Amino acid sequence: FFQYCLSGHPTLPCNVLKFKSTTIMLDCGLDMTSTLNFLPLPLVQSPRLSNLPGWSLKDGNVFLDKELKECSGHVFVDSVPEFCLPETELIDLSTVDVILISNYHCMMALPYITEHTGFTGTVYATEPTVQIGRLLMEELVNFIERVPKAQSASLWKNKDIQRLLPSPLKDAVEVSTWRRCYTMQEVNSALSKIQLVGYSQKIELFGAVQVTPLSSGYALGSSNWIIQSHYEKVSYVSGSSLLTTHPQPMDQASLKNSDVLVLTGLTQIPTANPDGMVGEFFSNLALTVRNGGNVLVPCYPSGVIYDLLECLYQYIDSAGLSSIPFYFISPVANSSLEFSQIFAEWLCHNKQTKVYLPEPPFPHAELIQTNKLKHYPSIHGDFSNDFRQPCVVFTGHPSLRFGDVVHFMELWGKSSLNTVIFTEPDFSYLEALAPYQPLAMKCIYCPIDTRLNFIQVSKLLKEVQPLHVVCPEQYTQPPPAQAHRMDLMIDCQPPPMSYRRAEVLALPFKRRYEKIEIMPELADSLVPMEIKPGISLATVSAVLHTKDNKHVLQPPPRPVQPTGGKKRKRVTDDIPDCKVLKPLLSGSIPVEQFVQTLEKEQHGFSDIKVEDTAKGHIVLLQEAETLIQIEEDSTHIICDNDEMLRVRLRDLVLKFLQKF
Amino acid sequence: MDPECAQLLPGLCAALADPGQPLADDTCLEKLLDWFKALTEAGSSLQLLQDSPCLVELLLQVPKTLGLSPRVLAFSLRLAGLLAAQEDCFQFLQQGELLPGLFGEAGPLGGAAWTAPTVRSGWIQGLRSLAQHPSALHFLADLGALDTVVSLQGDSSLFVASAAGQLLAHILGLSLRGQAEGHPGPQVCDWPASAQRIVGHIEESLCSPATPRVTQALNVLTTTFGHCHHPWTQVLWARLSPLVACLLEKDPVPAAHSLVDLLLSVARSPALELRPAAGWETVAQASGPAWIPAHAGPPASGAPERCRTGEGGLLGGRLKGAAGLAVRGPEQHFPGLPAGPEGDPAVADTLLSSRSACVGLLCQTLAHLELLQPLPQRPAPWPQAPLLGAAVTVLRFCNGSAVPASGSDVGGRLCAILASCVRVQRAALGFLGALSEDTGPPELVTQVFAVLLDYLQSPDSSPTVLKKAFQATLRWLLSASTRRGCCDLDPPTQLFLRELLPVLQRRLCSPCWEVRDSGLEFLTQVVGRWAGQAGFRHALLASEVPQLAQQLLQDPESYVRASAVTAVGQLSSRGLHASPAGPEHLGGPQKSLLPELLHVLAADSEGFPPQGMQVFTQWLRDGHAEVAEDTERFVARVLQAASRDLDWEVRAQGLELARVFLEQTLGQPGSRCPYAVAAPEAAAPGRVAQALRASCRVQLVEFAFRALFDYDRPVAQKSCDLLLFLRDQAAPWDSLQEAGGSPDVAVEAALQRWR
Repeated sequence: FFQYCLSGHPTLPCNVLKFKSTTIMLDCGLDMTSTLNFLPLPLVQSPRLSNLPGWSLKDGNVFLDKELKECSGHVFVDSVPEFCLPETELIDLSTVDVILISNYHCMMALPYITEHTGFTGTVYATEPTVQIGRLLMEELVNFIERVPKAQSASLWKNKDIQRLLPSPLKDAVEVSTWRRCYTMQEVNSALSKIQLVGYSQKIELFGAVQVTPLSSGYALGSSNWIIQSHYEKVSYVSGSSLLTTHPQPMDQASLKNSDVLVLTGLTQIPTANPDGMVGEFFSNLALTVRNGGNVLVPCYPSGVIYDLLECLYQYIDSAGLSSIPFYFISPVANSSLEFSQIFAEWLCHNKQTKVYLPEPPFPHAELIQTNKLKHYPSIHGDFSNDFRQPCVVFTGHPSLRFGDVVHFMELWGKSSLNTVIFTEPDFSYLEALAPYQPLAMKCIYCPIDTRLNFIQVSKLLKEVQPLHVVCPEQYTQPPPAQAHRMDLMIDCQPPPMSYRRAEVLALPFKRRYEKIEIMPELADSLVPMEIKPGISLATVSAVLHTKDNKHVLQPPPRPVQPTGGKKRKRVTDDIPDCKVLKPLLSGSIPVEQFVQTLEKEQHGFSDIKVEDTAKGHIVLLQEAETLIQIEEDSTHIICDNDEMLRVRLRDLVLKFLQKF
Repeated sequence: MDPECAQLLPGLCAALADPGQPLADDTCLEKLLDWFKALTEAGSSLQLLQDSPCLVELLLQVPKTLGLSPRVLAFSLRLAGLLAAQEDCFQFLQQGELLPGLFGEAGPLGGAAWTAPTVRSGWIQGLRSLAQHPSALHFLADLGALDTVVSLQGDSSLFVASAAGQLLAHILGLSLRGQAEGHPGPQVCDWPASAQRIVGHIEESLCSPATPRVTQALNVLTTTFGHCHHPWTQVLWARLSPLVACLLEKDPVPAAHSLVDLLLSVARSPALELRPAAGWETVAQASGPAWIPAHAGPPASGAPERCRTGEGGLLGGRLKGAAGLAVRGPEQHFPGLPAGPEGDPAVADTLLSSRSACVGLLCQTLAHLELLQPLPQRPAPWPQAPLLGAAVTVLRFCNGSAVPASGSDVGGRLCAILASCVRVQRAALGFLGALSEDTGPPELVTQVFAVLLDYLQSPDSSPTVLKKAFQATLRWLLSASTRRGCCDLDPPTQLFLRELLPVLQRRLCSPCWEVRDSGLEFLTQVVGRWAGQAGFRHALLASEVPQLAQQLLQDPESYVRASAVTAVGQLSSRGLHASPAGPEHLGGPQKSLLPELLHVLAADSEGFPPQGMQVFTQWLRDGHAEVAEDTERFVARVLQAASRDLDWEVRAQGLELARVFLEQTLGQPGSRCPYAVAAPEAAAPGRVAQALRASCRVQLVEFAFRALFDYDRPVAQKSCDLLLFLRDQAAPWDSLQEAGGSPDVAVEAALQRWR
């Protein structure tokens, strides 16, 4: 039982589990924070960005000035943004049998794995995960492909050169493995390998392992996974939430009795309470708009945006914002808003009941109907005709490196009336803003991360009581910026086993049992004997048949009657010899009674000494120079070449034991 | 009793004793009892009974009447108790065997009516009133009432059970009332039988394995020590404290909350303060660390310290214990406080092992300190600075900004326990607010404002925490200006207020209505206090707070609308309302405020608070520009709307406004000034006629007459006052007398009586 840890990002995990005879990849998250090192891709030609000065080394060497640009004291790579892939060298990924996806944010590296590693297995995910995951990938590909960049920088990745660069470029890890974005073709091919599953559906893997997705409460279709054999159980918890938002609530009960619980995807902002942040979001939004400013919300096209739109629906009138247009701009905006309304079975109870009324589960339908919320595939086309200010724009990408958001940052960044409100917790907002500095617009950081916080984790672990917890190393110590916050780490007994990128972890399993089925006719032939009240034993002679990781005891073939034929027996016909079996013994020898019997007349031993040893007793027949060692699981009769005596004593010993 | 009442009383009694007369509600019975209580307090009950034989008749008849409402039965029991509180009246009633008929076996006790909790409660309350003199004790003994009271302690109705406990404590006090003052008195074995009986019952209960019985006994003791500080309480405590100590040894400690209450009550008792009972030591020893985490009771482990530093020191020590644990060495941080639990690492360890225990202890300590702070008998010197420091530290722990000493495991654990703990936050903010009554070292006060601003700014502050933070802020601001001797604020406080405005602005835009409401309340109070401050005015006008407040008049939540009315009214009174020239305002041109508020008053019965009427009254007094334009129209509209309002306070305030209007039209703006030298005089006839005409035009008299029959007494009383004032002004009393036989005399008399 091993876990290969291919990602160091705690919320974008990628682990491979060797469990029994299967190789299971748990999620394949894509670390996109690498894109923060790149210059933004503007939709409209930006004189500011294209005129940034090239970066030169301290000694004045300018050979990197084409690749690296300087902006407000920061250095950026002027190239197509690249992503940090999961580790591909640690394990041969072509041996991976299945990939289990827990939510749409944790599948963004899928095309890299399925299309470039020789992977031939199956991917399992729920339907909303696949559909929304597809939207996220489609948006990503679209954002990057619609701004073609001729240049692809690679010089700076040279290890010797990288050392000379300023932070954070200098400290970027594994830059040589960074890859450009996949294509839509690769996306389609990767998604075609996915098999859809439903919550609590049991999926057999090669007879050895059963995997089951459970609702995790974090996003539409998000799941945790149970991976179990007959006697071992691993729970994989990734991106779960106990808050009442739109998805189905988290299924905690099924996580009980786990030998190992792999815990990933906790909140990235443990000190921020989502409710407080939503309050902050709306207060700032209202204040900005009241002042005639615009609000920009960099976001993903699915997820928290649904909840924000719902809150907006309730808040819009009371805050006097009815006349303010809300725009949602994304190549997949329409699909995302529509998909959310059709996945009723994956929604929380309240929303499910709406469907039977029938009403749309999410109120953004009404916002769209009343023209308060408008959505567009991009800033080009209809949007430019409808655009009215002051307004609120929800658009991607939250890294501020590509997507329509780049345009709005350039457009609104110079006015202090405008505000950008960060709600997605995946990117450091200061780093995201770095290439836009100096910036006059107000920046508000309201990260809304509904995933489990440490208090909730602590309650969860108390509730489900796994024998062992495995988690990323980041969760075993307080965040570096708040080293005194001992409450911001996982606290459980025994302490969690931690992992980091490119590490292999031996999971603490003790394999003790294996399930073996017994054929009915064989079972029928058994004659159990009760050796203790409630415990019966029976001997069984059978052939153990193992196929597809299933073990079956079959009746032994009948002994072949010697045919006496002329044909010589062929080797292939050879069958196991069925010898006459010795009876099995059980019970313990009561020493006192045993000695008394020896002393009786028919045996006639006198001068018997009994010594207690650590393991049992030694009965010494001094006259006969014989020792009888009686231990818990063995009895030895040691006598000098007196086979008769030995057999007599043996039979006496046997009298005190049960046989069957 | 006035003749009219005397006339009405027989009819009333007959109606009460008639089971066929249903009672709409029992508030009238309560009012009636209030009235009888006032009568008996003012005069002789015996006289009352002799003057009104119908009362005796009622009390005699009630227990015999079948099918009588339990409420009437309870009323009669309480009335009888009230009357029998005076010994002569008691004797009178006893002669007629009336009391046993009501309170004994012959009465409702044990009958079908006894199943009604109201009747049982009435029985107890009657006896409680009655038990005021030695004769009553004999009566109770003859009746065997003690057994019933004891059994009622376990009554299914909480009210009855609690009243029974209180009655026991009262009887105990009464039976020992004669003991010599200033001397602990004889031992329990020499006490009167009834007292011994009660003590015996308490002892039995304290030893009982049933927790409810222990709770009952503890509650009786808590009431006793809380209300009675006679020397005999020392004897009682000396006898019972070993039993209480035994409770502390049990695991788990039974009835922990009641036990803590008892120990606090003992700690506060001045009788025990004089001479600490020997039991203290036992208690202190018994209260090892084991019970603290489980039940978090403050005084026990520090009890001996009480002799040295008083309760404040004890609690302070505890607070420090929690706050200062390993922050940087407690003594260094909070000098002047006695050692708290951190003195003993084992205690600290056990305390910190349970989150709920630690939080419970801290909340309780903070709440007790908050109660203790304003008391005159609080310990002197009051350790203000250390307590202030401790409160700030606790708050910092709660929001995660306190950094425990490096390598301090205890600090880290405390940090983990307190992080985001709303309960402790609320308690600590409440206490911090209370500490504003005294000042502290300037650097600590700066820290106080800093931590308050942190809480007000933090998006993670829950609405209840935020409300507490606003309240504490206001108290500290007030204390800052009071200490300067004028309403001016010192520069740091002014700076704080300026920093506060953007926060307030955000809070007023919060999606959570409780937050908007607290923000508005705070705004109203701040404006009321510092509107005259140039710096504050300037900062407020430069902010969007006034506009936001005005916008909240349309809030979907009625509480917020009500608070917005008050806030906007206050802003407008002080000339701080939203500027009509706000260029970016979305709502188009600014509307006049008065029609808007009048519209709220007329159309939104939930959204207009009594304070809103005060605003109108203030406007009328101050001659607010919008009111002055057409005062009569304003008054007419306000009175018309107020008369229809569901809130009696609004109607009462309407009468206040009517009075101001009358005074103004009569030309007597100063007539209600308490400092006026001359007595109010009647206005000149010409003015009177003018005022009366104006009153008719605004339908003031109609409003007042309608209010005279208001369901709510304060409104009717206020209306009486107003009409009498008007009569005084229109025709002085003498002239009426001279005129003689005016048909108005009867009305006048009625009004006077109403008053």
